Parts: sequence; C-alpha cells; structure tokens
Amino acid sequence: MTSISQDGDRDKLRSVSVDLNNDTPLLIDIPDALCERDKVKFTIHTKTTLNSFQKPDFSVSRQHEDFIWLHDTLVETEDYAGLIIPPVPPKPDFESPREKMHKLGEGEATMTKEEYTKMKQELEAEYLAVFKKTVQVHEIFLQRLSSHPAFSKDRNFQIFLEYDQDLSVRRKNAKEMFGGFFKNMVKSADEVLISGVKEVDEFFEQEKTFLLDYFGKIKDATAKAEKMTRSHKNLADDYIHISATLTTIAADDNEAFKSKACISNVCVCVQKLEARVASDQELKLTELFRYYMRDIQAAKDLLYRRARALADYENSNKALDKARLKSKDVGQAEEHQQQCLQKFDKLSESGKKELTSFKARRVVAFRKNLIEMAELEIKHAKSNMSLLHACIEQLQSN
Amino acid sequence: MKMAASSERSPPPFPELEDQELEPELEDEDSDEGADIFTGSTLSSMDPPLPVSTSEPDKDIFSGPRAEPLNNPLSETAAEQLKAVSGASSKAKGDVPVEEAGSEEPDDLFSDPLGESGAELETHTSNAPLLDFSEEPPKSDPIKKAASADDYIKKPQKDIFEESTEDGVKAAAAHVGSVAAEKKVLHTDLFGDGVDDDEDKDDLFKTPPGAMMKKPQASLFRAEPDDIFPEAKTEAKPATKASAKQPNNAPTDLFTEEPFTVMPAARAAVKPAAIPSANTSSKTNGLHSDEEDLFAEATVELSLDSPRNDRRKRDAMKPSEPVPCPSTSTSSSKPQPKKLEELEEEEKEDKFDLNISVTNPEKVGDGMNAYMAYRVSTQTTLSMFRSKQLTVRRRFSDFLGLYEKLSEKHSPNGYIVPPAPEKSILGMTKVKVGKEDLSSDEFVERRRAALERYLQRVVSHPSLLQDPDVREFLEKEELPRAVSTQALSGAGFLKMINKATDAVSKMTIKMNESDVWFEEKLQEVESEDQQLRKLHGMVESLVNHRKELSVNTAVFAKSVAMLGSSEDNTALSRALSQLAEVEDRIEQLHQDQAANDFFIFAELLADYIRLLGAVRACFDQRMKAWQRWQDGQNMLQKKREAEAKLLWANKPEKLQQAKDEIGEWEGRVSQYERDFDRVSATVRKEVMRFEKEKTRDFKKQIIKYLQSLLHSEQQLIKYWEAFLPEAKAIA
Repeated sequence: MTSISQDGDRDKLRSVSVDLNNDTPLLIDIPDALCERDKVKFTIHTKTTLNSFQKPDFSVSRQHEDFIWLHDTLVETEDYAGLIIPPVPPKPDFESPREKMHKLGEGEATMTKEEYTKMKQELEAEYLAVFKKTVQVHEIFLQRLSSHPAFSKDRNFQIFLEYDQDLSVRRKNAKEMFGGFFKNMVKSADEVLISGVKEVDEFFEQEKTFLLDYFGKIKDATAKAEKMTRSHKNLADDYIHISATLTTIAADDNEAFKSKACISNVCVCVQKLEARVASDQELKLTELFRYYMRDIQAAKDLLYRRARALADYENSNKALDKARLKSKDVGQAEEHQQQCLQKFDKLSESGKKELTSFKARRVVAFRKNLIEMAELEIKHAKSNMSLLHACIEQLQSN
Repeated sequence: MKMAASSERSPPPFPELEDQELEPELEDEDSDEGADIFTGSTLSSMDPPLPVSTSEPDKDIFSGPRAEPLNNPLSETAAEQLKAVSGASSKAKGDVPVEEAGSEEPDDLFSDPLGESGAELETHTSNAPLLDFSEEPPKSDPIKKAASADDYIKKPQKDIFEESTEDGVKAAAAHVGSVAAEKKVLHTDLFGDGVDDDEDKDDLFKTPPGAMMKKPQASLFRAEPDDIFPEAKTEAKPATKASAKQPNNAPTDLFTEEPFTVMPAARAAVKPAAIPSANTSSKTNGLHSDEEDLFAEATVELSLDSPRNDRRKRDAMKPSEPVPCPSTSTSSSKPQPKKLEELEEEEKEDKFDLNISVTNPEKVGDGMNAYMAYRVSTQTTLSMFRSKQLTVRRRFSDFLGLYEKLSEKHSPNGYIVPPAPEKSILGMTKVKVGKEDLSSDEFVERRRAALERYLQRVVSHPSLLQDPDVREFLEKEELPRAVSTQALSGAGFLKMINKATDAVSKMTIKMNESDVWFEEKLQEVESEDQQLRKLHGMVESLVNHRKELSVNTAVFAKSVAMLGSSEDNTALSRALSQLAEVEDRIEQLHQDQAANDFFIFAELLADYIRLLGAVRACFDQRMKAWQRWQDGQNMLQKKREAEAKLLWANKPEKLQQAKDEIGEWEGRVSQYERDFDRVSATVRKEVMRFEKEKTRDFKKQIIKYLQSLLHSEQQLIKYWEAFLPEAKAIA
C-alpha cells in the first residue's frame, strides 16, 4: 500500500497542462490517493460556491473506473457534441516499476547490499513518480470539467463529486468492451467515408488538416521524448552502479582510494540529479505532449462529430430532394433536414469556439511548461555544477 | 697568470705539517674503511693499511710496481685516466646520479661513457702528456733529479696531510695514505665526504666536458686555479714520461676543486705518483696507473676487463690493489637496489622533463598490408637523449616490439612492465579496408591515445627509462621491423602455448609464503582487479547509455522541429524550433560527454586492468624465483644424500665428484636464494611504486573527468538560459 500526500508538490503538479482554475466557483483537487493492489482510490476534494451542491466543502473517494464512467457519460450526452470533451485520464500503470522491482529481486545476488538498496530506493522513487503522475492526470481531468461552463453544470459530474457512497460503477464487461472496440472501428471507417464530404467552412477545413498533421507530429514527439527520458534514466541508474562499486573499492583499500569514496558520493548525487532531470523532463515535456496528444484526439473527435453532422445534413438534404421529387413524406424530410442543419450549425458554432479556446489553452500550457522545464534544467545543472565543483576542490586539496 | 698566486695559497701549509700527525689518523681511518676493503681483497701482502705516505710503503710501492708500470704503456694509463675523467665529467653533466650514486654505482656511471670516449681517449693520450707536463712542474722536476724529487715528494705529502688534518677531512687523508690501495673507497669517500662539495663537483664536471676531449688536463686545471699544479706549469717543461702523472693530477683536480676536503685526496694521489717519479720515470707511470685506477678503476671495474686485469697484476705488487676486487663484488650486488631508490627519487624530480606525445596517425600502404604509423614526439631536458626534441615515426608493431623487449628483459627481475595496447584484428581490418567511417576513426583515435599513455607509463618508470631499447625507440630514425608481434603467426602461437604452460605451472606451484605482505598484496590486487573489471563494465554501459541518450535526443530534436514547423502559433512554433536546436546541441553535448566517459574514465580503468595483470605477472615471477630456489634446495638435498650413500658404500673414487657437485649446487642455491630475495625486494618496491602511481593517476584522471562533467553542465546551463527567453516570448 502506498499513500501519498502531495501537499508540497501539488501546486507544481497541478499546473502541468491547464491552468484555468482561477476564481471559478468550483475548486477541485485530489489531495490524497491510496493504492491498493491494482486499484487506486483518489480522494477528491471539492470546494464550491455553487448552490447546486449541498455543502460548500466536501470530499469523496473515487476510483479510476468512476472517471471512465464520467467521461463516457459526457461523450454520450448529445448536448456536448459540440464541445471538446476532456480526454479521459490513462489507466494507472504500475506495471513497469513493479516489473523492474521483480527483476531487481532476481538480480539481488549479483549486487552488493548497498547497490541493491540504492536500486530499490530508485525504483521506489520511480514508482512514486508514476503514482503522482496518475493522480495528477486525474486531477486535471476534473479541473478541466470544473472550469468549463457547460460541464461544470453537468448533473453526472456533480453526482460524481458529491455522492458520498461508492458509485459502484460496473466494470465494462466483455461485450461492452467489444462493443466499444467495434464502435471505434465504425468510427474510423466512417471518418474515412465522410472525409469525402465537401467542407463548407474554411475554418474547419484548416483546423482539420492542422489537427491531423499536428496529431501525428505530437504523437511522434511524445514517443521520442519518452525514449529520451528512458535512456536518461538508464544513465542515472548506471551512476548508481558505478558509485556502489566505487564505494566497495574504496572500502577495500581505503588509503589509495580515499578520493574514490568522495567520488562515489558525487556519483550518487549526480545520479540523483540526473534522475531528477529525467523525471522533470518527463513531467514537463513528455506529459505535456502526451496530454495534448489526447486533447487533440478529443478535438478530432469533435471535428468528427461535426463532420458526421455535416454528412447527416447533406444526407437529409438529399433525402429532402428525393422526397420532394416523389412528393412523399416531404414534411418529415424537411423537418429532418432542418434538424440536421440546426445541429450542424450548433456544432459548428460551439466547435469553433472550443477549438479557438483550445488553441489558446495549448499555447499557454506549452509556454508554461517550456519555461518551467528550462528553469528546472538550469536549476539542476547548476546544482550539479556546484556539486562537481566542490568535489573537484576536495580532490585537489587532499 | 693567476696560478702563481693561487699556487701559493696551498703551499704555505706544507712546511708546517708533520707526517706523524697524519699517520695516526690515517691509520685509524684505514682501519675503519680501508681495512674492510683489504680483508676482502685477495692480496695478503698488502694487508697493512697503507701508511703509504711514509717511507715504508713507498718502498713497497716502488719495489713492486716497477716492472709493471713499465710494461703498461703510457698511452694506456693515460687513456684510462682520460676515460675516467671524461666519463666522470660527461656523466656529471649528463645526470644527477653522480652526486648521489657516486659511491654505490661508479660502475654504471662510468661504464656508459666508456664506449663513447674510448676511441677519442686514445688519440688524446698523445696530446695529453704534453699538456700535463707543463702543468705539473713539481713532479716533473723530481723525475729529472732524484734528490730534488725527494724534497718535492716530502713536501707535498706533508701538505696533504696537514691540509687534511686541518680540514678535518680525515677520511680523505686516510685515503691519501692508502691511496693507491683503494680505488673504490677513495672514490666513495671523495664523494661521500665531500657531500658539501657536491655542487662544486658538479661544476667541475660540467665545465670541463666541452674541453675535455681536446685538452682534458688543461681544462681541468683551469677549473682549478688554486692548485699547486698550475704553478708548476710555468716552471717546468714536460718530460714525456712524467705526463702520466698529469692525468692523475687532473682527476684529482677534478675532485679537488672543492677547496679542502677533496684536495687531500687529490694530493694523496699525486704523492704516490711523485714518489715513484723520484726513482724512475717509469715508476711514475706505474703509480699513475694506480692512481688512475683510483678513478679509472671505479669506472672500468665491471665494464672493462682488460684494464682491470692489468691493474690486478699491478695490484698484486702494490698495496693499493686489494680494493678493486672487493669493489667489483660489492658493486655488483649492492648497486641495484640502491640505484633503484635513487632513480626513483630522481624520477620524481625530473618526471616532467620528459613529455611524449603520439600524434598524426597515418595510414601507410594499401590493402591488408596497410598499417598505421604514428608520430612519436619527445620533448625532454634529460641529457641522456640526443636532443631536446625528438620525433620519430613508429608503427603499432614497433610498440609491441618494445613491450616484448622490455618484458623479456625486466619482468623476470620482478619489474612491472607496462603492457602495450592490445592488438585488435577486427579494428585494424576495418581501418585497412579503408572505410572512412566513424567507428574506424574512433578506433584509430582510441589506439593513438592508448599508445601515448603506454609510452608515458614506460618512461615514467625509472628503470625502464634507462633501458637502451626505450631510448632507441624514441631516438632512432629507423627501427628494425619488430617480429613475432603478429597476432596470427607462429610466434604468436608459441606465445600462447607458453602462456598456457605458465598458467598450468602456476596452478601446480604451491608456495608457502614466508612474507605476509606479499600474500596480502596479491589478494588485494586480485580483488581490486575484479572490482575494476566490474566498474569498467559499468562505465562501459554508462557510455553506451549516454550514446543512446544522445541518439534519442537527436531524434527527439528532429521530431520537435517537425512539430514546430506544423505549429500555427508563430511564437510557439519559434520556441519549438528553438527547443529543437537546444536539444540538438544537447545531443552533441551528450556525445562529447560519452567520449569523455570513455576516454577519460573507461580507458583509465581498462589500462589499470591490464596493469594489474602486469602486477600479477611480477608476483608470478617472484613465485618462479622461489620455485627455482626450492628446486635447487631439493637438488642439493639429493646430492647430499647421494654423498652420504657413497660414503657409506665407501666409494672414494666417486666421492670427490659428489663433493664437487654439492659445492656447485650450494653455490647455485645461494645464488637462487639471492635472486629470490632480489626479486622479492624489487616486486615490493615496484608494487609500492605502482600504487603510488595509481593513486596519482586516478586522482588526476578523475579530476579531469569531473571537470569534463562540469563543463557539460556549464554548457547545458548556457543552452537552457538562451532558450528561456524564447519560451517566455510565447504569447
């Protein structure tokens, strides 16, 4: 069981991707999370001035599945078709640190005790980092909902926040899973089909190509950044081994290698800093990219829904033409056509608004993260430098 | 002439002094120092430590030597002298050892120059006598007139003694007495007593060298204006035979330069010479030869057989002789360890006088016969090298050849011979095939650096630096092609077999270690070897991971650049492309750092892993020496048993043979034991040295490594700081 209280880091973490929570009547954060086996229980704390809530200040416990449920209900709500629905947070993934831990246990014999302890600590730190990240993305999801004028008033959302019992959301069964998969297939096929539909609005046309392009790029960048941070972490791990070996050598003959003991200390510090550089990079850059990758996916979904609506409208136009030709069910067709048009217009309108705000949001988030990352890099490099400096001086003096 | 004045300086004391005063002291001294020498010597007749200076010894000297001196051609004696002088001077000029090592290793000091100077000396001999004469009036006179000679003789003697007593240089005086007798001792004393004067000596030696060849004596005299001899110069005209004396004086002068302490010794040398001269000119030669021996002997002792033999004959007749024998024996056994220490100290001082760099790797030839040649440039202030700047071209197999030679010569003695870089067939083949790709460049650079480090290690080793092969390697334009260094050759195969048998024998030898130090050290070395190997593996993986990181960073940079290009917000797009640029630079940084990781850290470890191998090899050598000793003992035991059996069986005819064999084996065993002790001592010293070196090396390299890290961090800061405003400019 791991439990974290992220008071210290929370401010920093929360601001990773979005920062729209100022002065809103609904303030949400996840001050605490509890990890039991595969399940992670998030404590969600809400502060509000809205009278739709019974109390101004309350906390509930939710699991990852509850978030998925919330997201799904939002997606399925017809009214929100014209909105970019915040992407659902990824499933908590503790597999990789766990696997590593397992491997470490196997390799225990080949390592010195000290080395093993250090590796273990490192893994624990990594595990904790993953944990924090998970909490963070869930928090962001809720914050985006709460900061959105439409979503904040959503009934389901309010229930999610307020209902103090277990939501007891049923896990998706196999059929539903398959259904979801099938739906996705249909959707992507449909996407291809309706791509032939002539776009009437240049804005959307542009936006569509941009998003498609951007999505590909950002996906690529995410993968690469991930790779980079991973190798950076490997590097940091190497320092652990080196420092451990140096320590044993220093212990072996303390006279000749006295200097090595201090070097091994430096190695440890360098390692820690390198590891921090790596995790900060991951947090600031990779997570940013990843988040926007999903966000863009959401935006694309919006475009898809609009395109669908457009296609529907076209179809209804055709149907109306046919009906007029046959002078049969004209009224009904007209009505349908009107409905489609209305829906499409509405979608276009809100979509336009959403996409514009999305763009602004993205730029702001990028700016913030890039600045933060640069600052952190500088900070780490500086502390690394002073460390090395001290060590060199120490070496030279003795 | 200045000499007149100066000559007066020394003469005054003469009259006042009495022989008696000197004698007791002399004798005392002799008993201390000379006695040992004499006892060690084979000559029984000469046992009484020479109160030589007095009349009695004189007689001996005169009576005995006469025949011999005559036999010895002047030229020879002169030559010897010259050799001694030139040897001494050239050495002095060349190196420090003279001062410190004077007593212990005269052989080495002087033996080196002999070869060079020999030829010239002979030619000079003819000239020398003349010069000598002019300079040596006091003695030359005696030659012509015996009576006057006597006076002269006595005077100088007195002077000598007086001075010596006054100066308190008793040892020197003592030698004066025994003078001719002890060549070696005199030498040592001269050097030893004259400690204060060391510097002067140096000067002495340094000044003459240039002139030495042409006018050895003259220059010597010049250096030493205070002497009696210069005065003489003006007075007397040379008699050809007296010339022999001059050389004697000359060397004495060399030493006498420092005012008093040495002077007596010089005088002592002169005196005996003078005495004989009174009797016959021929005798003077003989005496001279002895005196020369004083100086020459030490130099020649080991290296020159013929002069020594001559001398020995003379020695038999003269009291002076006994010395040489002991000196030879002592010098052979003693010098080595001492020399080592001295050289070591010396090493520390002038270590940085020798800079070796290996540069300009160049491919020579084509196809599979192609090879890489490197430029080996040496910068040095050591005078043992021909010049201060040496540049030669060497190929890789030359380096291997050097290693082979060195290890053959030195490793059996327990020295740690730095191993040359390993052959790499794969790497070299790549280079040969001639693909100008990154990996072959890297290979060449890696090898170049390794070779440079190798040479630096070799020359930083005091005894290896002295090796003629090393000098040849650094100096000679063309080296004979090194053979048997090919990886795939008969020799290589043989080497492998040898190694294998060595390994097997190592396993079978069970040494019961008498010295705990060695046992512990060996264990230490072995565990360290393991740790270093482990560490090396880790550093290698660090290098690989950093390379990987560098590659990944590059890919990411590209990806970010693409992202930037499709970004529609101009400021953000700009920032992203800036980010891409930063990442690009960081990639370069990682790459450089990876190179640093490798060249500074990993290669250091790899070097030391191989060096530890060499350390272990020297332990093995010690074990082998031990084994030999044990085998010898066993053999001796067997022989003894056989003898006992014969005794019991009462077979007298075979008994003698058995006894002889026992005697032979006893000699061998004690030789082996000495060998073993020597190897042990060397190993111990070498290991200490190695450890010192290692600590220093590691410290240096690690500081360098940390500095490289520091540098990367600085660059990193620079890059990110440059990026920061870009990020902030995003609107």
